[in-house]
Amino acid sequence: MSKKILLEHINVPGIETLEVYRSKGGYSSVEKALKTMTQEAIVEEVKKSGLRGRGGAGFPTGMKWSFLAKPEGVARYLVCNADESEPGTFKDRYLMEKIPHLLIEGMITSSYALGANTSYIYVRGEYFYIIKILEKAIDDAYKAGLLGKNILGTDYSLDLHVQAGAGAYICGEETALLESLEGKRGNPRIKPPFPAIAGLFACPTIVNNVETLAAVPSIVNNGGEWYAGIGIGRSTGTKLISASGHINKPGVYEIEMGITVEDFIYSDEYCGGIKNGKKLKAVVAGGSSVPILPAELILTTANGEKRLMSYESLADGGFASGTMLGSGGFIVMDETTSIVQNLYTFARFYHHESCGQCSPCREGTAWMEKILHKILDGHGTMADVDLLWEIQGKIEGNTICPLGDAAAWPVASAIRHFKAEFEEFVNNPNSTKKVKHYHNMHNLATA
Amino acid sequence: MSEIKFDDNSLALVQSIIKRYPEGKQKSALLPLLHLAQAEFDGWLSVPTMDYVASLLSIKPIEVYEVASFYSMFNLKPVGKCLIEVCRTSSCWLRGANEIVDHIGNKLGIKPGETTADGKFTLKTVECLGSCGTAPMLQIGDKFHEDLTFDKVDSLLDEWSNKTEHSKYLDVNTFRKN
Repeated sequence: MSKKILLEHINVPGIETLEVYRSKGGYSSVEKALKTMTQEAIVEEVKKSGLRGRGGAGFPTGMKWSFLAKPEGVARYLVCNADESEPGTFKDRYLMEKIPHLLIEGMITSSYALGANTSYIYVRGEYFYIIKILEKAIDDAYKAGLLGKNILGTDYSLDLHVQAGAGAYICGEETALLESLEGKRGNPRIKPPFPAIAGLFACPTIVNNVETLAAVPSIVNNGGEWYAGIGIGRSTGTKLISASGHINKPGVYEIEMGITVEDFIYSDEYCGGIKNGKKLKAVVAGGSSVPILPAELILTTANGEKRLMSYESLADGGFASGTMLGSGGFIVMDETTSIVQNLYTFARFYHHESCGQCSPCREGTAWMEKILHKILDGHGTMADVDLLWEIQGKIEGNTICPLGDAAAWPVASAIRHFKAEFEEFVNNPNSTKKVKHYHNMHNLATA
Repeated sequence: MSEIKFDDNSLALVQSIIKRYPEGKQKSALLPLLHLAQAEFDGWLSVPTMDYVASLLSIKPIEVYEVASFYSMFNLKPVGKCLIEVCRTSSCWLRGANEIVDHIGNKLGIKPGETTADGKFTLKTVECLGSCGTAPMLQIGDKFHEDLTFDKVDSLLDEWSNKTEHSKYLDVNTFRKN
């Protein structure tokens, strides 16, 4: 059995309640941190742990924390990014639904380490039933003296609030999230200044993903070195993987980083192999934004080594033959899957979710969706495929936030690895009338 | 249409939500308040509803309009009593989301984006709802309906045919009163 940290107690009946959660050692990191550790010591342990942001970017958490400005008399904020919206990703929902107090414990301990006295959990609006669960858990934590004034009799006070989003993938980008939390449209900010200097309400702010914050209690309890000893190389600890698509056992799995991709897909402990005995065709390993890889390249690197579930191994070969761990949204496609049609769902997604601020993204995502639609509808030419390639290249790196890159990479990788499928659609226009013409459904708001 | 004014219970909640943010930053309460207003005033945000929310937060109506029109969960025109939102992004598409959309559309005689003539149902397709491991799925109000089959969809449609209330993402008890 693989190492479990976040999901160790996930199957304990009643673990969603404060009582049962505490009976399993829950909130011990709050006790330890507030009563025996300085703020600096906690940041140091998180640095030592090698923990990296679990939302997708993989930036070292301890380093991010150490950037936080601490001007005298200015409030600091910790904001949890629970806007989980990257297609293929559903691990944060699982964590918040099944074991909400783990996130709250992580928020309290981390808020203390950062010197924040008010913190927010920004949850995507579609997860309103999760918001109910969190609000109940927070209420119980207040009643138990774990939140509010003088937590556990110390002089540390913290208020924790849940904020509801309202349907916008872009709000998972941290500065868009902060705009939204200030009651505005989710338009990403130009950086610098980074949120650690001027974030929420122009105050120093740290934004961390749910899974990242949920890992903090174990690090505080057991030490950074302990955490760093789990996993492989710079991919320390465990990672939640959201597995979906054509597999026998879709779901959320906690893996120790470093297991092989092959093991993850085929072993009964995880995905349990491809559904209906079909063959594996391709995998999107880290959420919709990361490059899609054909079976041979996801299982083995270009050098012929077994590909591992880690930041480094999945990225081995760069974009020519590799991909990224990203958010851990692991989408598996069998041999019957049309890569072009799947790409169309991604292109439509990014067009829908572009905030419209930067023209390369606003216009480019729309063009890519339209061109893919044309190809799928049997009117495409190979010049259209070249045009797609050109457009994605002109979006990448030319926008304020990474949504542009996220929209470009799936298109680039599909053409790079599956160009023959585009040719197939172009050359057989009559066999391709498979696309549903669902127009004008982006938003009922555009009446 | 009901009068655009929250009752005392909701107004108390509004005040409690505003207190979650620092003094003078009450605009942060805009998204929660719009959700609450949409839930209480027939499932959509009319101009009078948005103006009312602006007045509660002492901000300009345009600050509400520009936000309401940005987020996909806010409806700027009336929707049916039951708003069905079917996810269709990759993982759901891989496991039959298009067939689910077609099935619902055929049963109700509407296309995505449309409302039935009796005002009961609106069918909407949406992008990834974070339920990829239990695809295909759809959302009605705050409920996720997962691992869908045609049978499951049929019983949902039957259930909602007999209801009189609006599907809602939240109610006055969703948020904790601090």
